[in-house]
Amino acid sequence: MSALAVEGVRKSFGRTEVLRGIDLELAEHEVVCLIGASGSGKSTLLRCVNLIEPVDAGRIVVHGGEVTRRGVDVNRVRRGIGIVFQAFNLFPHMSVLRNVTLAPRAVLGLGRGEAEARARDLLARFGLADKAADYPDRLSGGQQQRVAIARALAMEPKLMLLDEVTSALDPELVAEVLEVIRELAAGGMTMLIATHEMGFARDIADRVCFLDDGVILEQGPPAEIFSNPREERTQRFLERIVAAGRM
Amino acid sequence: MASEGDRRAGPEVAARSSKIIGLGAGGARGVAIALASTVVVFVALGVAITHAPGWHEVRTTFFNWSQFRSTLPEISRAFLLNVKIFCIAEVLILVVALFIAVIRSLPGPVFFPLRALAIAYADFFRGVPTILVIAILGFGAPALGLKSVPTSTTFWGIVALVLVYTAYVSEVYRAGIESVHPSQEAAARSLGLTRWQATRHVILPQAVRRVIPPLLNDFIGLQKDTALVGVLGAIEAFNQSQIDVDATFNFTPYLAAAFLFVAITIPLARFTDWLIIRDRRKRQAGALA
Repeated sequence: MSALAVEGVRKSFGRTEVLRGIDLELAEHEVVCLIGASGSGKSTLLRCVNLIEPVDAGRIVVHGGEVTRRGVDVNRVRRGIGIVFQAFNLFPHMSVLRNVTLAPRAVLGLGRGEAEARARDLLARFGLADKAADYPDRLSGGQQQRVAIARALAMEPKLMLLDEVTSALDPELVAEVLEVIRELAAGGMTMLIATHEMGFARDIADRVCFLDDGVILEQGPPAEIFSNPREERTQRFLERIVAAGRM
Repeated sequence: MASEGDRRAGPEVAARSSKIIGLGAGGARGVAIALASTVVVFVALGVAITHAPGWHEVRTTFFNWSQFRSTLPEISRAFLLNVKIFCIAEVLILVVALFIAVIRSLPGPVFFPLRALAIAYADFFRGVPTILVIAILGFGAPALGLKSVPTSTTFWGIVALVLVYTAYVSEVYRAGIESVHPSQEAAARSLGLTRWQATRHVILPQAVRRVIPPLLNDFIGLQKDTALVGVLGAIEAFNQSQIDVDATFNFTPYLAAAFLFVAITIPLARFTDWLIIRDRRKRQAGALA
């Protein structure tokens, strides 16, 4: 049973068709990176998997259960899927500790003591042990994004979706966040990662998918995609990335 | 001609002192200018009023110190009713208005009837003059003669004020709810929180914090409007002052009542200003960071 199966997913916003038939499968413990230009549909695909956006057509199956079927309990589905956003989206009126403990307490009904112990473990793991009492606006972008990852992990998801999590960061803060994601991958977390960090994608991904104009144009092991892309559009995209000094 | 000389002396002295204070320091100079122009304006106003033909009459009928002192204690006691009305109404308004604002921000076609009701309510009670709502409820509801319906004028006065002010305050809350970025709800829902949990833990705490200054502004209005309950016959500060005026043919009790209202609204107004300034500083600091 695959961790995630996306079958023929289509999604439009108004007249713009952003996803034009996406097929994608992730095995348990697999790390897949989505690459492609802005507007190619990477973020939309992640948001559809998390049911933030309803799909227009197609099916999405997570750990054997179809999540796009009518009448599905979206709250239950989302508990098992963690998502981290480009803009962190931490709750600014809550301390770091409360950001991380809110969902376990409200959704899973964990007691305060247990939720906080779990949160402190996560924060310590990501080098944030001394930030528990701080408010998000006191933290750097890299720290905020690590808190956001901890917040998602506190729900113990079996699948993580990362939506360009380093794109809003100053260059010198990117490494600390990527380090956290590497650790997750090493721990066997199944992840679907939309990213512009090609070097990172090459390191961490089991498979790389190139999205172009709402379809997966080409996919394969990173070595193959980055060194020897078959499709002309993939070649041109990678050439632009190299020219921009991002690889 | 002495008065003419006085009038000229005021600004000259002030100008000279501002020059002395304002040596070099722009801030001190600004304060001095503000002080001087304030003195000029008030001296001019004072002179204009005290030289009006009817000033003597007005002073004895409106600014009668012994009248003020003799009626203030009684009006103060009556004013306690205004305070009581205000306190009860304010708590109810805060709760009911929040409820209505949440209903109005429910998405989806299923909730259309509830949203429509909330909109109709806000439109209606913001459109009808408060004094009419008070009169209609205060005279109409007890007239129904229902056993379970209280006949107390204070009760119906509070109900009327709650109805009117809830309409305003729910709009204030709604503006706050809409000012919270949708990504906050997306983040909360993505963690598995239900819509209600996301509203309660994430949206409302941020929304309410942002609208505290406009909320306080509405409550300054509410404090004053408690006097309208007087039309139903409840002996609150305005009614008491009217009784005193009728008994003495002197209008000073009105001034005493006004003094009491101002004594509680001005501190609240300054507190509101302070909150607004603090909020602005905070946001600017946030933008710089």
